[in-house]
Amino acid sequence: MSRVTTISEQGGFWSFLRSQLRPRGKILTPFNVISVPIILLGLGILVVRFTQGLGSVTNLSQEYPWGFWIGFDVITGVAFAGGAYTITFAVYIMRMEKYHPIVRATVLNGLLAYIFYAGALALDLGRPWNIINPIIGNSFGFNSVLFLVSWHFLLYMLAELLEFSPVVAEWLGARRARRILSAMTLATVIFGVTLSCLHQSGLGALYLMAKPKIHPLWYSEFIPIFFLVSSIFAGLSMVILEGTLSHRVFKDQIDPKKHHSFEDLVIGLAKGAAIAMFVYYFFRALIFLHDKQWTLLRSGWGAWYLLEIIGLVLIPCFMFAYGVRHRSLGIIKTAAVLTLVGIVLNRLNISIIAYNWYLPVRYYPSWQEIVVTMMVVSAEIWVFRWIVLRMPVLREAHELPSDTQEKPERAAAAASL
Amino acid sequence: MNRRDFLKVTGVAGMALTGTDAKGSESSSPSPEFYGVLVDTTRCIGCRACEKACATEHDFPVPDIANDGALETQRDTSETAWTVVNRFDTSEGEVFVKKQCMHCWQPACTAACLTNAMYKTQEGPVIWRSRKCMGCRFCMVSCPFDIPKFEYHEWNPKIQKCNFCFDRLQEGKKPACVEACPTDALMFGMKRDLMEIARVRIYNHPERYVHKIYGEHEVGGTGWLYLSAVPFEEVGFRTDLGTTPYPEYTRDFLYGVPLVLFGLPALLYGMNQMTGSDNED
Repeated sequence: MSRVTTISEQGGFWSFLRSQLRPRGKILTPFNVISVPIILLGLGILVVRFTQGLGSVTNLSQEYPWGFWIGFDVITGVAFAGGAYTITFAVYIMRMEKYHPIVRATVLNGLLAYIFYAGALALDLGRPWNIINPIIGNSFGFNSVLFLVSWHFLLYMLAELLEFSPVVAEWLGARRARRILSAMTLATVIFGVTLSCLHQSGLGALYLMAKPKIHPLWYSEFIPIFFLVSSIFAGLSMVILEGTLSHRVFKDQIDPKKHHSFEDLVIGLAKGAAIAMFVYYFFRALIFLHDKQWTLLRSGWGAWYLLEIIGLVLIPCFMFAYGVRHRSLGIIKTAAVLTLVGIVLNRLNISIIAYNWYLPVRYYPSWQEIVVTMMVVSAEIWVFRWIVLRMPVLREAHELPSDTQEKPERAAAAASL
Repeated sequence: MNRRDFLKVTGVAGMALTGTDAKGSESSSPSPEFYGVLVDTTRCIGCRACEKACATEHDFPVPDIANDGALETQRDTSETAWTVVNRFDTSEGEVFVKKQCMHCWQPACTAACLTNAMYKTQEGPVIWRSRKCMGCRFCMVSCPFDIPKFEYHEWNPKIQKCNFCFDRLQEGKKPACVEACPTDALMFGMKRDLMEIARVRIYNHPERYVHKIYGEHEVGGTGWLYLSAVPFEEVGFRTDLGTTPYPEYTRDFLYGVPLVLFGLPALLYGMNQMTGSDNED
């Protein structure tokens, strides 16, 4: 707690900011040693990309207009960020207080994921300076799913920013602002959950018109619903793993008493994931049976499909259930890893692998595409770490003296974020 | 009232509330008269004069059609060639097929475009407008014929596809390729008239044609129509695209959006109030 400083103690906003910008902790950590060269290399690649065109650094082609940056960074990254809307729904709508301790970290993760992964979308645009067109209103393509998705990304980022803003206000010691921002929490959560449902499914709806190009085992008119339901357990698995990691890395930020409740919390999350996964599996199996796709299973694609749906959905689903029953965090974490691998596979299958599956040419990401993706992830972790070390995200809410004198309900609202 | 009508009514009501017009249904009332071109592949001799005329008209590298041997391989349209002719060896001998944008009646690319850069004009041509495009390439993902092509090696890339010589049409001229065709394999006109001509040709020479006009119903109907002596799948056409206009595939989803946008917050707020204990609030 010794690190908690406020503006008033530091004297003046600028000296406060300067003190906060100074690096904390060791500089030569393994993560820094690996991520700094990646970020520098990635920036170099981006210079080439914006001067020589997308083809100079990517393997994109006329047959594969969307590659790794869309299929992984955006489509998969946004699914991974599904934890934010799931957890805020549980805590603020359903009032499950048990999950309160992880709300801030989850919302921060969601916010950063959207800024960086949806931001990666701009790297993929051929003419990014025209990104303003669908926003300022001289060219509204109302009949486009992408129009909807881009607006919802934008609005959702604002909602997440508002959800997280009380933490920033607390960091800055701005009491009044925090009170106002906290009072808006329920509204922003309702708005955020609604937007999330729409754009998570909207990402799936992007592929509805690619009907003749996607292998029939993966194409379904219900892709939007698959994407929505799978984003729930993808998000929960991410929260489980990310929470575990944060607990290890930022140990000194967390009240030791919380370590015990964290186990309960993970088991609760695993229960939720198991149920969502079973629903998802059941629905996909139903579609499979309804479309009478048995003959399709006999090809290599069939085996690949079964690997995804049995190996990386049904099996981790049972592992979650087993882990919950026997209170085994090890099994739950393994299941979470498998689940995330399954989500990556599902999103890449639809966007790349089973897309134009009948063509002789295949698409593989170039090393530059992978480096830029790693750069985006590293940059996100840098910002996450910077914020966690300075703002009250993982540690106890820093109680400001005046809060205790307020009416109890106010204090409860303020403490809720 | 069935479910679909219900979605439409509520969807339109929702759109009215959000201040958007029901542009989602733009394609349900297009002008009935569109320009089209009838391609009679039985008349095509593979001279590729159309390719040359197209490249000249649109300032692309002009192919050396006499000597470049391009018919030896199967080619696709590209960012520097809006149209190509391919040769197929079939049971009926050599068949030449010209490929270019089909100018769909209800195009997937315009429904996909979030900036209206891809645009279906009143007259029928589907054109691309550079000022609006942000280069997302969703049109390429959506087009069932894989027609839009992207300039991957430009810092300021364009989408390249046949625009039906829209500028020439507005001057009252025919498309460059049609004008260049020496054998009347290409015929320009109103789609309705072209359909009648195509039917008459099949009726008069039932032994010369397969009894199908490609583009009559494919993906809801296209501006360009094809006649062939051999089944279309033998000469490079996809016959599994269905007859549903492609924007239909996303329409139900889009109509559902206003419902969710207004309905779900109410539900969520209700759930929140129900879970609160009585002595609160």
